[in-house]
Amino acid sequence: MNRTGLIIQREFLSRVKKKSFLVMTLLGPILMASLFIVPILLAESGSPQKEVLVLDETDLFDGYLAESPESRYTYLEDMELDSAKSKLKNSEAYALLYVPCGANCDLNYIEKSIQLYSEKTVSLDMKYSLKRQLERELENLKLKRDSVDLEKIEAAKTSVNISTISLEGDQEEENYSELTTAVGFVMAFLIYIFIFIYGAQVMRGVIEEKSNRIVEVIISSVKPFQLMLGKIIGVALVGLTQFLLWVVLTFAIVSVVQYAYLDDAYSSTAVAGQMAGSQANEAIAEVQANEMPKILKMMDSINFPLIIGSFLFYFMGGYLLYGALFAAIGAAVDNESDTQQFMLPVTVPLILAIIVAQTVITNPESPVAFWFSLIPFTSPVIMMVRVAMGVPISELLLSMGLLVLGFFGTVWVAARIYRTGILMYGKKVSYSELWKWIRFKG
Amino acid sequence: MSLLIAENVVKDYAEHRALNDVSIEVPSSSIFGLLGPNGAGKTSLIRIINQITGPDQGSIYLDGEPLKPDHIEHIGYLPEERGLYKKMKVGEQALYLARLKGLSTHEAKKRLQEWFKRMEIIDWWDKKVEDLSKGMAQKVQFVTTVLHEPKLLIFDEPFSGFDPINANLIKDEILRLRENGATVIFSTHRMESVEELCDHIALINKSEKILDGKLSDIKNDFKNGIYRLQYHSGKFPSEMPSGMTITDQSEGQARIQLAEGITANELLQFILPHVGVTSFKEEIPSANDIFIQTVQKASL
Repeated sequence: MNRTGLIIQREFLSRVKKKSFLVMTLLGPILMASLFIVPILLAESGSPQKEVLVLDETDLFDGYLAESPESRYTYLEDMELDSAKSKLKNSEAYALLYVPCGANCDLNYIEKSIQLYSEKTVSLDMKYSLKRQLERELENLKLKRDSVDLEKIEAAKTSVNISTISLEGDQEEENYSELTTAVGFVMAFLIYIFIFIYGAQVMRGVIEEKSNRIVEVIISSVKPFQLMLGKIIGVALVGLTQFLLWVVLTFAIVSVVQYAYLDDAYSSTAVAGQMAGSQANEAIAEVQANEMPKILKMMDSINFPLIIGSFLFYFMGGYLLYGALFAAIGAAVDNESDTQQFMLPVTVPLILAIIVAQTVITNPESPVAFWFSLIPFTSPVIMMVRVAMGVPISELLLSMGLLVLGFFGTVWVAARIYRTGILMYGKKVSYSELWKWIRFKG
Repeated sequence: MSLLIAENVVKDYAEHRALNDVSIEVPSSSIFGLLGPNGAGKTSLIRIINQITGPDQGSIYLDGEPLKPDHIEHIGYLPEERGLYKKMKVGEQALYLARLKGLSTHEAKKRLQEWFKRMEIIDWWDKKVEDLSKGMAQKVQFVTTVLHEPKLLIFDEPFSGFDPINANLIKDEILRLRENGATVIFSTHRMESVEELCDHIALINKSEKILDGKLSDIKNDFKNGIYRLQYHSGKFPSEMPSGMTITDQSEGQARIQLAEGITANELLQFILPHVGVTSFKEEIPSANDIFIQTVQKASL
């Protein structure tokens, strides 16, 4: 095995054998799975059914309020408000709905006078559910009073459904932008997280070698560049391994739980949506509102080979680009607390990318989206969002090419900082110092 | 025959010149002391020999060939700033370092076990480095430096972190390695170990070599004709013949400086009638004296 290979092997094994790796590998999927499962379980189980007493002096709503999993209704006949109130206090009932009649049970009077009594704070769900039901019935009563034909109104109700169809080559394909948006955003977010976690690991590894004073021992056997590259690649493999284990384990846990507790309605796409944050959540919620049989067709509409291919490319490309910079930071400092001043310029583009990604979702063809998906520092995140939503192949290739160039660029710069930095001890390094290291021919 | 030759090496860093036209020759199977005050440029030269950095001018030859990447396998380097991965097991780590030097796993394991037994650290094979004492870790480090049986060994302050017993053990190992044909470059501030070990020395001060050669020759050059005489009876003459000067005198002993051309025999002939001599010895300057004198003279 050549020397870089040996270094990669050591970096990989020493991390994978750590207890923390095992813990994270097992805990990660449980946390992630619980992130999807707990809300679903909560929604499934809900809270126990509550009893609501109804004192309806108008008799207009007699039997109208529908029993639901959340609440059931008990109608009180011929009772004064005060005795109804004391009945609420003495019973298990949750609330008392009071519909007064006033002088002549005028509808306009009623709508303003309905009251809900409870010993506890009434939940918003309950309040709005009652409000909706009463509003609808009062509307109907008003229409009836004014002799409007209810059936005609019902018939005039309309729901418009727009299907978006992309013209790609000769094929017309119905596409589901909500779903592709969610998929793209989830992947972009994963890339973002991955770069941060494993970039920091590279940096910590370099600092460790420096503070252990082993670095000079090693570079009397290998070139500093080999050591740096070996570390970056070794950590990348750790990340990929962990990521794959997470995907497999998360999938296993989610499907086991699904099989055991949930009906098929919550497919794995819902699961994906939970991760992506609010935007994607909304998209998914919309998807869920549609009929389930569509899901399969939707899955077909996603170009999986392209998306997975681009994901792996941007995943590795982005990580390598930033990993090299993180390695350079590690080499320039003596301990982790000194890293702050150099971390900022490296992390800002990345954070900017994830912020811009949220606007790209709503407008994937904007100039910002275009430029950010070409600049190597932001393209791994932004282009990933755009790829899922569909992007001209020429732009994709250009972005990939630039990322490769950017990677070579940062590695070149990082290598120059690294080879000087690793042998510098006890010196606070400034930016002008770094600039000298980069220009220095060595 | 010289194993290592450095010719007119110049090394510039961004702000200063670390080596200015330095040339050294390290004879085969010798122990070569590379001496100099802090920051003189010793480590820069050592790093160039290890190909950690390259010289800006000048060239280095190992065994007659210009230095090339493959030579790394023939060099063992124990840096002054040294350490091990704390979380790794001792054996695993030694194996890793040996394989980086090009040994096969099998060969490395065999040799490591021999060395670990001789150094009495074989029980530590499966311990983590962070559980070792500093001296233990240094022993491991020493073994990994010499394991691939390099032609050239470079030790930068090898005795730091050792107690006197273990320092002696390491000293004996260094001498044994030399017996087996290895050439040693030895960089240190500790002059007594230079005295004990080195055949040749080079002294670097402020990026320039200011002195080099065989240690015994250098000592001869630095002798200034002072003899120390001890006596048990009689009275030391207060008047000396010309060319003999008393520099220092006390009860029972005297130091006499002889001018050029006057031999020790002449001094003895003059003194013998006066006192009963117990010892008579030429004062040879210590490496420490030479170091201090030379560096001070250079900075005047």
